Amino acid sequence: MKKYWNIFVNGLLKENPLLVIMIGLCSSLAVTTKVTNGLGMGLAMTFVLLMSEIIISIFRKLIPDSIRIPIFIIVIASFTTIVDLLMQAYLPSLSEAMGVFIPLIVVNCIIMGRVESFASKHGPLESACDALGMGFGYLWVLCGISLVRELLGSGVFFGLQVIPEDSVITFFARAPGGFFVFGMFIAVTKALKNVRANRALAQKSKKTVAQNNGEAAK
Amino acid sequence: MNDLVKIFIKSWLVDNVILIQFLALCPFIGMTSDTGKATGMGVATSFVMVLATAVTWPLYHFVLQPLGLEFLETLVFILVIAALVQLVEFYLKKSAPALYSSMGVYLALITTNCAILAVTLNSISYGYNFIESIVYALGTACGFLMSMVLMSGIRARLKSAPVPNFVKGTPILFVSAGLLSLAFGGFAGLIK
Repeated sequence: MKKYWNIFVNGLLKENPLLVIMIGLCSSLAVTTKVTNGLGMGLAMTFVLLMSEIIISIFRKLIPDSIRIPIFIIVIASFTTIVDLLMQAYLPSLSEAMGVFIPLIVVNCIIMGRVESFASKHGPLESACDALGMGFGYLWVLCGISLVRELLGSGVFFGLQVIPEDSVITFFARAPGGFFVFGMFIAVTKALKNVRANRALAQKSKKTVAQNNGEAAK
Repeated sequence: MNDLVKIFIKSWLVDNVILIQFLALCPFIGMTSDTGKATGMGVATSFVMVLATAVTWPLYHFVLQPLGLEFLETLVFILVIAALVQLVEFYLKKSAPALYSSMGVYLALITTNCAILAVTLNSISYGYNFIESIVYALGTACGFLMSMVLMSGIRARLKSAPVPNFVKGTPILFVSAGLLSLAFGGFAGLIK
């Protein structure tokens, strides 16, 4: 049980696809002008990732190595088409807002990367955990970015108009703001990582100092 | 003719593929560490982009549409792109080894470049005819190449710039990309 939990948690922060590995960036910047869009995109992506990883890890021993990439692409493209059609049918406004980025899930490097490096080497259950971890890792970053951009760019916070419409900073709702907010997200992640590394280092040096003192006392 | 020029300018500057539409960010961040690399990637991608549009447009209008299989477009287009990349790779390997050795590395990465798939899908959904689609792909390709080269220039400067510790590394890249994108925002309204 612990093993599955570790695989799941790995994707959330330590190997977060967006903030740490930095793949699959396109969709994360383009759709995050609104929280609903970010949420929709994250869920669509998680679904495709989950289904592709499960299917490919079930058939991983049957897929010949030399043509594995085309097979992966076909599997991913099929699930993407399913999501695309479902969203067009049941969530037409969301599907319209995201436009071409739903079919573009096919070429999202996160899916290809995880399928190639994880699902083709592990069992279905582990792959499902990995897919969920990576998917939610992607989802929360998307929600975070879109929360900031929606609040500053159009003054809306969870559907409430917090900042009056004539004093919002449209910069954040437009393309440049996407780059800017994402850059800041990476900077904060890096800073947190540094703090943690420094603390670990300090603890280690304290221990060795204590050890040395102990030996000296002897 | 006028329309074609409009489509070209729009896809090249006004709706710049990287800076305004956020497509193909992976090569934009990953491959712009020096100008040679950026140009190589830009040229290779541009070439495949135009070629892919020239293949997928007839495929959609003469095969998928008559058969009522429009819903398969994503699947078919990505396979066409993957196959095209392979073909171009084989062809270059045989006929132009020098060009292959300088471009080969980038070719493999192009299959998962979302700008190409987006261009082929958009030229269908915008309702362009064949010539317009090609011009649209050409304009997008020029925009891609230009942004890549611009970014590699900025990165060369960043190497010797006193960057605050907090944003060192990738964050400053995104901030400069944001500023570049802000500059491109000035082209909005150029084409009505």
